[in-house]
Amino acid sequence: MIRHLLSIKDLDPEGIERVLATAATFQADGPRIMRKYPTLRGKTVVNLFYEASTRTRTSFELAAKRLSADVVNFSVSGSAVEKGESLKDTAQTIEAMGVDAIVIRHSSSGAPNRLAGWVSANVINAGDGMHEHPTQALLDLYTIRQHFGSFSGLRVAIVGDIAHSRVARSNVWGLQMMGADVTLVGPPTLLPPRVEGWGVETTADIEAVLPKADVVYLLRMQLERGTGGTVPTLREYSRLWGLDAARATLLKDEALIMHPGPMNRGVEITADAAELPRSVITDQVANGVAVRMALLYLMLGGRDAREEVPVE
Amino acid sequence: MSDAVIFRGARVVDPASGRDETADVRVEDGSVTDVGRVSANHAEEFDCAGLILAPGFVDLHAHLREPGREDAETVATGTRAAARGGYTAVCAMANTDPVADSAAIVEQVAALGRAAGLADVYPVGAISVGLQGEQLAELGEMATSGARVNFFSDDGKCVQSAGLMRRALEYARAFDAVIANHAEEGALASGGHMNEGEVSSILGITGIPSEAEEVIVARDLALAKLTGARLHVPHVSTAGTVELIRVAKARGIRVTAEATPHHLSLTDDLVSGYDPVFKVAPPLRTREDVEAVRKGLADGTIDCVATDHAPHPPEDKEREFDLAPCGMLNLETALGVLVTDMVDSGLIDWPRLVEAMSVAPARVRSLTGHGGPVAPGAPANLVVLDPAATWVVDPGLLASKSKNTPFAGRTLKGKVVHTMLRGRFTVREGSDADGQR
Repeated sequence: MIRHLLSIKDLDPEGIERVLATAATFQADGPRIMRKYPTLRGKTVVNLFYEASTRTRTSFELAAKRLSADVVNFSVSGSAVEKGESLKDTAQTIEAMGVDAIVIRHSSSGAPNRLAGWVSANVINAGDGMHEHPTQALLDLYTIRQHFGSFSGLRVAIVGDIAHSRVARSNVWGLQMMGADVTLVGPPTLLPPRVEGWGVETTADIEAVLPKADVVYLLRMQLERGTGGTVPTLREYSRLWGLDAARATLLKDEALIMHPGPMNRGVEITADAAELPRSVITDQVANGVAVRMALLYLMLGGRDAREEVPVE
Repeated sequence: MSDAVIFRGARVVDPASGRDETADVRVEDGSVTDVGRVSANHAEEFDCAGLILAPGFVDLHAHLREPGREDAETVATGTRAAARGGYTAVCAMANTDPVADSAAIVEQVAALGRAAGLADVYPVGAISVGLQGEQLAELGEMATSGARVNFFSDDGKCVQSAGLMRRALEYARAFDAVIANHAEEGALASGGHMNEGEVSSILGITGIPSEAEEVIVARDLALAKLTGARLHVPHVSTAGTVELIRVAKARGIRVTAEATPHHLSLTDDLVSGYDPVFKVAPPLRTREDVEAVRKGLADGTIDCVATDHAPHPPEDKEREFDLAPCGMLNLETALGVLVTDMVDSGLIDWPRLVEAMSVAPARVRSLTGHGGPVAPGAPANLVVLDPAATWVVDPGLLASKSKNTPFAGRTLKGKVVHTMLRGRFTVREGSDADGQR
């Protein structure tokens, strides 16, 4: 298995399959994992979070604990970072105490890449700037596979602020690797520069895309950044690119609605659309724990999914 | 040991006199005394067969960091690096702390250069007070000071106001001074940390489009035409800028331009590992841009090579990419990069290299005594180099206080053997003269 997960591209299709298959074994008794496995007993995982996070940090913490690892949550507030300690010094300080894996969330693109060069622990990217969020992509792939069984020929429409989205980048590369077709939907101001090189279709017309899509994936408008002048108003964005129940009727019967959370209800998605039966947004969250367990298990336990998962 | 020195049998490349031939050069009392066939005459002799002797290099653009950031570089360490790179004159950029926007600071920097004695240091004055881009600095005070500043720049900061830029160009004419503007339109470049392109798009780093440079260059060329003043375009980084300057020169606009070793050799894909050693302003661009800048230097559209030597201590560069400062070391490696990427590849010949690294930059700043000619009576500001010697760049061996070279581990061709400032060795047989190493 890989040493670090900095980008979804660190995995090949086989590696992704292995993570998804392993995650499925953890969910054999149902989507909520209540059982505890002894696999990572004696291992220490540090959650090094430089940005606020509820679901990702909690998900990693639960995943590590269900595998019996010791988990330390490090958050920037109240730490030496507030006294000006650099990422490098912080990482080396933490490592000196003896840790096996560092899960990092950071507002700077590439911070996990830098970290991986400074420590010998396994580094897992839990979201860096506008770069990548590979475990989000893995749990999204897992969720899609739950419903469709495979990826080949699936049409996935990713809608919204792709330019600033780490979720979009990891999902585009992951979906492409697995054989899905990706269409990016949004105003040109929210598409990444030189998107021609991404190997995807792009359009500003969501209503033309919805009838053909197997999955519509709404991205969060990052309100904490403001609109940055990329759209005139959120009201206009919502009217032209948001998904409401009426627009969702354009979807095929079996199509899924996904969102990485947290949702801005009434901006990229309305409450009635988020609560449609075809919406798998809460499944995504539940699957996140199993997928992160699989990843930690494979990276730190070093065993293959095809071997039997040890059960206590 | 006699004061006199004879460099015997070097290929003398001296565009100022049109000379490119094997000759002996005799130096005594700080000046060149004879060029041609020189007979032995109580002088120390150096066998220079296979070596090239040229006027010492002149750098229009270096950050020596003193006063203010002596942890990164000092005038002494920076000019030590310069001497090792074959330079005899270095222009020290104005973004010091305090800013070189007054006669007192430029005179201090010049004095530090004289005290170090390793290269002539010519301060660059700020265009605006505190580099703030609002109020014109006292260009006249600096021009008429002991430092005799005739070149002004807010380098690192672009003069955003077209009105201020127009006034700076107009006013500088009173002193026949040159205005150099770091071309980067603020709103287009806002939040950017690398070239905007395929690489930045994948890396998730906000980019700076080529157009951020080009719209300012286009504006400044129009203002140079309007005012009849002398404009210098520093660190040309895009194909579009090369084309703008080419057209402007054909129309008779008084513009000169420089290219850096890194914009002549490195591309934005190097940022892929997020190592800020490759972070620089303007950013590393694409292969297409590098080819255009090389062509511009070869055909004279770009007049000269300048280093934009920008030292930063390790703690400032060993950071997240977006939090690290811009800048790269260059003074010691410029010659090697130019020989490896421009001369060896056949894009330019040796006379053009010497012109770009010595004659043309000396002309931009009207420096007498630098840039040749290598002729009797001229100050002996010289470099002797081995065009065939190869070496591997080891950051730990550089003279600079900082180690942020993007060329670490690279094998470069072309190495300085001797550098001489007014007849005194600053580098002698590949080693620091004056016993400092």
